[in-house]
Amino acid sequence: MTSTIEAPHTLSATELAAVRADFPLLERTLRDGRALVYLDSGATSQKPDVVLDAEQDFYIQRNAAVHRGAHQLAEEATEAFEDARARVARFVGVDDDEIVWTTNATAGINLVAYAMSNATLGRGGEAARRFALAPGDEIVVTEAEHHANLVPWQELAARTGAVLRWIGVSDDGRLRVDELDDVVGPHTRVIAFTHASNVTGAITDVAPFVAAARRVGALTVLDACQSVPHLPVDLHELGVDFAAFSGHKMFGPTGVGALYGRRELLAAMPPVTTGGSMVEVVTMESTTYAPPPQRFEAGTQMVSQAVAMGAAATYLSDIGMTAIAEHEAHLARLLLDAVASVPGVRVIGPTDTADRLATVSFVVDGVHAHDVGQVLDDAGVAVRVGHHCAQPLHRRFGVAATARASAAVYTTDEEIEVFREALSGVRAFFGLEAPASNEGAA
Amino acid sequence: MTTAMEQLYQQVILDHAKHPHGRGLAVAPGGVASAESHQVNPTCGDEVTLQVDVDDSGVVRDVRWEGQGCSISQASVSVLHDLVVDQPLATVGELGATFRALMQTKGAGLDDEDAEDALGDANAFTGVGKFSARVKCALLGWVALSDALIKTGASATPKENA
Repeated sequence: MTSTIEAPHTLSATELAAVRADFPLLERTLRDGRALVYLDSGATSQKPDVVLDAEQDFYIQRNAAVHRGAHQLAEEATEAFEDARARVARFVGVDDDEIVWTTNATAGINLVAYAMSNATLGRGGEAARRFALAPGDEIVVTEAEHHANLVPWQELAARTGAVLRWIGVSDDGRLRVDELDDVVGPHTRVIAFTHASNVTGAITDVAPFVAAARRVGALTVLDACQSVPHLPVDLHELGVDFAAFSGHKMFGPTGVGALYGRRELLAAMPPVTTGGSMVEVVTMESTTYAPPPQRFEAGTQMVSQAVAMGAAATYLSDIGMTAIAEHEAHLARLLLDAVASVPGVRVIGPTDTADRLATVSFVVDGVHAHDVGQVLDDAGVAVRVGHHCAQPLHRRFGVAATARASAAVYTTDEEIEVFREALSGVRAFFGLEAPASNEGAA
Repeated sequence: MTTAMEQLYQQVILDHAKHPHGRGLAVAPGGVASAESHQVNPTCGDEVTLQVDVDDSGVVRDVRWEGQGCSISQASVSVLHDLVVDQPLATVGELGATFRALMQTKGAGLDDEDAEDALGDANAFTGVGKFSARVKCALLGWVALSDALIKTGASATPKENA
């Protein structure tokens, strides 16, 4: 993946300008007429017109209940909903019936965890026994996880008597792949890990995790929230069993996400949320359930958001995920250089651009992240401050909070320069002298 | 820097953040009701642990604290310390209520001379109200104080005039 071709397939200035023109919000100004420099795409991305239009168009042209009703509108609404599923499936290299709509990635991960709980209680019959946990079974996560891919597993362990174990993080913010042999063993039933850290920006080499899981017959659950908006992702090729991602980080709306599950696994998995739309035959005594993905989509779905998430997947594919990844690798270099150029600022995460997102978290010596963010905001620069829903990872690095600059395909070199200039004034604003040289910052 | 930033980070705040008052937890002296409260701002990880001692006559004898966080949250606890030590509970309750009210004025201030006199250095936080995300930072210590006072069994709410 780390190609160093002379002329990378990246975006030209004209193409980048065209991309930016697709995002109306990027044009707005802030207090005192300042231009917006949006470096918080890791938290949520901005939305292009095609996504906003798709959602509105659904309501203006096609709004009806999906998967029911014999009228033309219901047919068109159902087609739009299922077409969106197909677009999202294609976007991540899987089949349509392997994509379950969820409200967000957190809900997708919880869906798997609660299905395992239900299997542990005997629901889903013999077919679901492969998801059942017993005391002494082990769930493996990593120290880099977003709380969304940690807390559901802690809870599952507490409900079933399983033991939670984890893979550590190296000093430069990479997952300790070398620990897999020690941590993954005959009792491991699940390995849940991130594809790309929302804090360090490190991209995980998925293959050793999948290999370790296969050796012991464990399930793999991938948090793909940070990867799918920025890299070409083919989930079949990666070989994971489940993967969750959200719409709003990939130019889609909030309120919608997707859970990928390998077909035979979804087919064997008991339902979690039950009610309308996910059933076959209901009597007063009992119910049989629809095949996946409908089995996991109880109640009225977020149809317009799903349609818009489908439009977002197409939008990303049209730009080209390889071009996006190339452009963002360039942005990662600029962000790292910007942070390195300011004395007293330290990166939490890899400082090389190999296998890394343009997501750079940092601490400014002597200044709390919240105050850093405020000074940057005063220059129109939007960054995230805090623990980014990854407290254990921050504890690992001995900090309570970091500031994080995260780019997306619409980010420009000029914006990173505005960020660099604003960052260079932070320590002075708080009356801290800049160290004589970068040495002093070490 | 813009005016809003200057209003937010008044020199008083920067000074308190750099040289905080009352910092460092201690064992409570005898003859007083003491309690401790630990508060966190879960969005950014700011933390404060605050101890308060109240004597038999209902006067706050001491406030000690430890914390980590942004300059607003740390300076606010420092100013709180200066305001409430040696004050009767009723006054402390009123100060807390006034400071909370100040935070709701979106930076406009309370337009009340008595309130301004009472708040002293805490008036420097007026500009914080403009930044809704920072109000929680400024209130962290006050929340800890209320909680700790409840734990002592004393009431921080101002007594109604009889």
